[in-house]
Amino acid sequence: MTVPLPVFVAIPLTAAFILPLFGDRYRGFATFFANVAALVLLALAITTIGQSYSYQVGRWSIPLGINMVLDGLSSLLLITIAVVSASAMLFSARYMEQYSAKSKYLSLFMLMTAGMNGVVLSGDIFNLFVFLEIASIASYALVGFGCEHEQLEASFKYAVLGSIASLFILFAIGLVYGNTGTLNMAYISQAIQTRGINNGLSFALAMFIAGFGLKAALVPFHAWLPDAHPAAPAPISAMLSGVLIKALGVYAIARLLFNVFGISEMISWVLIALGVLSMVVGVFLAVGQWDFKRLLAYHSISQMGYIVLGIGLGALILARGGSVVWASIAILGGLFHLVNHAVFKSLLFLTSGSIEMSTGTRQLKQLGGLSGVMPLTRANCAVASAAIAGVPPFNGFWSKLILVIAAVGTGFYTLAAVTVIVSLVTLISFLKVHRYIFLGELPDNLRQCRENKGTMFVAMAALAVLCLAMGLLVLVPSLKAGVLDPAVQVLIDGFAYSAKLLAGSN
Amino acid sequence: MMYGLCFLLFTIGLLCAVLKKNMVKIVIGIMIMEYAVNLFLIMLGFRFGGTAPIIDRSSLNLEGGLTQQFISASVDPLPQALVLTSIVIGLGTLALLVSICVRTYEKYGTFDITKIRRLQG
Amino acid sequence: MKGMTIIVKTVGSWVKVLIFLFGIYIVLFGHLTPGGGFAGGVILACSYVLLLLAFGREFTEKNLSLGTASKIDCAGALLFIAIALAGFLYGSASFFYNFIQQQFLAGKDTALKLVSAGIIPLENIAIGLKVGASLFLVVLLLSVFRPEVSNNNKESKL
Repeated sequence: MTVPLPVFVAIPLTAAFILPLFGDRYRGFATFFANVAALVLLALAITTIGQSYSYQVGRWSIPLGINMVLDGLSSLLLITIAVVSASAMLFSARYMEQYSAKSKYLSLFMLMTAGMNGVVLSGDIFNLFVFLEIASIASYALVGFGCEHEQLEASFKYAVLGSIASLFILFAIGLVYGNTGTLNMAYISQAIQTRGINNGLSFALAMFIAGFGLKAALVPFHAWLPDAHPAAPAPISAMLSGVLIKALGVYAIARLLFNVFGISEMISWVLIALGVLSMVVGVFLAVGQWDFKRLLAYHSISQMGYIVLGIGLGALILARGGSVVWASIAILGGLFHLVNHAVFKSLLFLTSGSIEMSTGTRQLKQLGGLSGVMPLTRANCAVASAAIAGVPPFNGFWSKLILVIAAVGTGFYTLAAVTVIVSLVTLISFLKVHRYIFLGELPDNLRQCRENKGTMFVAMAALAVLCLAMGLLVLVPSLKAGVLDPAVQVLIDGFAYSAKLLAGSN
Repeated sequence: MMYGLCFLLFTIGLLCAVLKKNMVKIVIGIMIMEYAVNLFLIMLGFRFGGTAPIIDRSSLNLEGGLTQQFISASVDPLPQALVLTSIVIGLGTLALLVSICVRTYEKYGTFDITKIRRLQG
Repeated sequence: MKGMTIIVKTVGSWVKVLIFLFGIYIVLFGHLTPGGGFAGGVILACSYVLLLLAFGREFTEKNLSLGTASKIDCAGALLFIAIALAGFLYGSASFFYNFIQQQFLAGKDTALKLVSAGIIPLENIAIGLKVGASLFLVVLLLSVFRPEVSNNNKESKL
């Protein structure tokens, strides 16, 4: 059964405009409705595994009309977005009772999900920009949702830097339209294959990397992330760190680089440099933090470096004409780490929200000895910390192993060494987190903290089970061939994206 | 040359957004950047001596299609649709940024970003 | 927020009606002349902002309350999505398909008439409602100013 692709955007949009009508009195019903919508999206996303088709909106065929394209990479990201948003929505059923205006929060959350779904399904570059803006503006509003001092400052900084990035992207889209005469990604790719890249298009590519790199929080452009992610409410931090920086940043860079512009050696080295810089700077700034969520935000920067490193390494191998097998392994490592990071980082942010809701603070020095009072949260946090540090058999270990194998197998021994060192420093910083939050003395003012059971625990436990089970995605060959290999194949094939779309429409 | 001037306006807006210390001036800098990008997009479709792409009786031929004279004289209408969308997006961003500025003034009493800096590290 | 003098109030109440009518014209003729949903919606919102400036906040809130504007906002967006989803009645490949034009009006000579172009005028009306209500709400809510700050700053400086 093929799902018509616009429903992935239409369902959250409809939910987003029905939810404010509930107001404050019926917010229980609004929460139920929003959770049902998130679960329906998850079910629909799972049915798209292994399929690949395009949808002409309004029955206008390309290049006159806009199309939406589903292929392996889009399917992988749709499932990731659906899983994280379903668990964050379930978590926020009780967490957001601390804030007023809950139905408006749910409406903004649904708008952000609609924007992200639109970005990964769009086949037209301006449509991608419009959905990117929908998701970004909803996230600026959600970061400042509590309207306290630090949240307003973080939201302003994020909004200013995000708007500048979006304007860079729009300028680059204008340059691409002026040079190729079309906005559809398949037709742009065909024009670049026949005419080559001139100065205008390479300047546009540079502006795209700057703009999308800021959305993905790669290192020269990361200044907004350590302020924005801690200030947001915990389920929103999970969504931002888990899927927004990936769907808006890494997916767009990968799609434009592999399928539209075509890879070159210089751009691959730029990506590898950005990846290594993000890994190293992120983790060394993270170790010294004393605010739990700020530490997690710096770790997000570092883990994004892993993903970009994997994709850049694959691009470099392909650009040099090397073995396609090693390039597939490198890109598989990058994409698998993307999915893993979405799961374990959102679990970490949800546990930090649980701790903050019970104890009222997130400073490591004011916490301690919570292992007796909050055992369920401690178990979830331990699972997620082991996953991010790369401890077998959790999912983080497998993706880091694949990246190290790809780096060693193609002769980049320094990259492999840097990856392992960063992983060790990640382990050190999470041991510090556990020692300060869960072990040690329980301070007197925290003696009457209660554990958070119910929907919050179910949301966290679901993600923890996924952390344990996702190693099977690479170990079981049929699962790997069904879910991960199509995504890798889309990027490896490069220009076959445009060939398939143009042949299918004629 | 005209495209270079658009890029110059874009850079002026970028410098204003990065170097100023008053929140309202930063927002104005972002808006200047947005006008520059919209101007660039409209100029992409321009054709010297062209007419506006509005269809009326004189530009329809007998079967209901467009006359060749209309097609060869009108400017490109696609960038105009892009600019309409972009103006709407800019309006949404502006509304959000200004409301953050208003709430910040309510809490801190000042628009100066060096004085509202409480997040360190 | 207080209003203005009696001259401004009298003339403003006449001009507001004309601006509102002009906004409706821009929305309805959006498929024939430049304009359409967004531009017409902005003009509709401006007519109510004129009321806000001339008469003050309390009068404007009695005229069009916050709750009503919020509901018109949601209703406009839901109408847009409902018309787009109505294309699904004609097959699953028809999201946002111009079914009125292709099924009911095809073959008739409707070029440059008001009743033409299928779903586009209906979508223009929906967008005009949404944008008008949204902009009015934005301006109304930004005009509320609640300073809570002066005492805190003075004490910290001492």
